[in-house]
Amino acid sequence: MTASSDDGNAPQDPARRDFLGTVTAAVATAGAVAACWPFISSMNPSTDVLAEANTEVDLSGIAAGQMQTVAWQGKPIFILHRTPDEITAMAASNGGKDPQPDGQRVKNPQWLVVIALCTHMGCIPNKNSEGWLCPCHGSVYDNSGRILSGPAPRNLDIPPYTFATADKIVIGKS
Amino acid sequence: MSNRVIAWIDQRFPLSSFIKHELTEYPTPRNLSYWWNFGFLAGFVLVLQVVSGLFLAMHYKPDTALAFDSVQHIMRNVNYGWLLRYMHSTGASAFFVVIYLHMARTLYYGSYRAPRELMWWSGQIILLTIMATAFMGYLLPWGQMSYWGAQVITALFGATPFVGDQIVIWLRGGFAVGDPTLTRFFALHYLLPFVIFAMVFIHLIALHSVKSSNPSGINLRAKDNIPFHPYFTIKDFFGLGIFLIVFCAFLFFKPDFFIGTENNIPANPLHTPTHIEPEWYFLPFYAILRAVPDALGGAVAMALSILIYGALPYLDRSKIPGGARYRPIYRLLFYIFVLDIMVLAYVGGQPPVGPVVSINRIATFIYFGVFLVLPFASIWEERWLRARGLPPAVQEILANEASQHGARQ
Ligand code: FES
Repeated sequence: MTASSDDGNAPQDPARRDFLGTVTAAVATAGAVAACWPFISSMNPSTDVLAEANTEVDLSGIAAGQMQTVAWQGKPIFILHRTPDEITAMAASNGGKDPQPDGQRVKNPQWLVVIALCTHMGCIPNKNSEGWLCPCHGSVYDNSGRILSGPAPRNLDIPPYTFATADKIVIGKS
Repeated sequence: MSNRVIAWIDQRFPLSSFIKHELTEYPTPRNLSYWWNFGFLAGFVLVLQVVSGLFLAMHYKPDTALAFDSVQHIMRNVNYGWLLRYMHSTGASAFFVVIYLHMARTLYYGSYRAPRELMWWSGQIILLTIMATAFMGYLLPWGQMSYWGAQVITALFGATPFVGDQIVIWLRGGFAVGDPTLTRFFALHYLLPFVIFAMVFIHLIALHSVKSSNPSGINLRAKDNIPFHPYFTIKDFFGLGIFLIVFCAFLFFKPDFFIGTENNIPANPLHTPTHIEPEWYFLPFYAILRAVPDALGGAVAMALSILIYGALPYLDRSKIPGGARYRPIYRLLFYIFVLDIMVLAYVGGQPPVGPVVSINRIATFIYFGVFLVLPFASIWEERWLRARGLPPAVQEILANEASQHGARQ
């Protein structure tokens, strides 16, 4: 098309011009939004943080009835060596607010492995003989890490883990 | 000589006319009480925080291995480091004191009503930004309360449906609060004051366009306005003197009054303090968070408890000019509300056992109840006041407004 067809100033086809304007604006907006991504993504965990994703724990030093707290991905993990009494008591109950059989929460009923952060607001619950009591707002968990009462909505979360040998687990790999 | 300099500048920049327009001839209602001092005081504290913060940043190290010790280094080794640090920490509390009083004045005198909605909303944004800045600043000393406060508050975002966990990890830059979190909080703590300054600027431009409200609630005649300078500069500076006496009393005699003792223990991700409580200025909102037994519901209620102020210009439906002074029902609601906030602040600092839980819930109910009742109460109150008979001057103002409104349609 040549520009010489009329007085030279008035657009020949205003709709076409509007369309081009809209498309330009849309592409520019999409580009600007896409350019935000590197900045947003830079705030996600860096590769070295991700590299520390697995923790190995030797279980041989934990006697029955004892609990050990280890760190995994900067989070505390409770490893509880349960006594036969506790195992039978837990197998018999189904928890409270968030019912779940004990069998689904352990790989080996002797060993309970849970993330030690209260599912309410992330405080670390304190161990007592019945299970755990969260000091922050009073959530009560049993020896399977199941919520019995208090404001916490869920049972204590189970991290992914595997038994590498009979008394060694790797947390972070399932 | 100086006249020639000023003339030279005035040809190139509107200096004299600016000073005239915004200060020496800026019309200010002559009946402003000392309740109108707090905006100026908030500006003063903002400058104080920026200056003390800048000099602290020259010695502070945002690294989990060094942060706690660098604060001790500031306190013990840096010349006047103790003064800078206590100025900054006391200043944070002072900031909230003056801002809350500034807001209480706005509520009492109904200064948020038309045409000052944009002042109210820009003020809301300033408040939210200050809250974010204070929250991030509290992590920097890397003590136990710093760490667990940040852990709990970032965990709140986990209540977001579907992407909650990813958002929490993104905010922290790791699976728990750690080094990346500390570094980014420092960066943002340094950035946000610029945002606050920009918002304060907008707040002031809006102010100089709608002018100050005043205790009578009606626009004064031109002859009842007096220039801001020197009359109100003097009044503001006198108020500043009183403020500084109180501020320095805390700064020099009770410097750790606002710092939790628990924060003198370095952060330990594997041990929660027995009782986590936020700084005093967050307590009412924290109490509202705890009042709802559901995580998402609690977070929403807390957000709403702050954002709901923005709706006030629409919730208050009364056309009677003047605030609580001339509106008995509104005044009653105001005092119930203030009392209720104090109850919330108290229970927010108590461990949630026994009667605290129910008091917390009732107070939360009243908090939102006041906002819900306001539209009906204000309409009813206006009807009652009109039936009782308004002073002729006020009737005239209302009639004028009504006819203007009619003319516009
Ligand atoms: S964080 Fe455990 S009960 Fe609230």
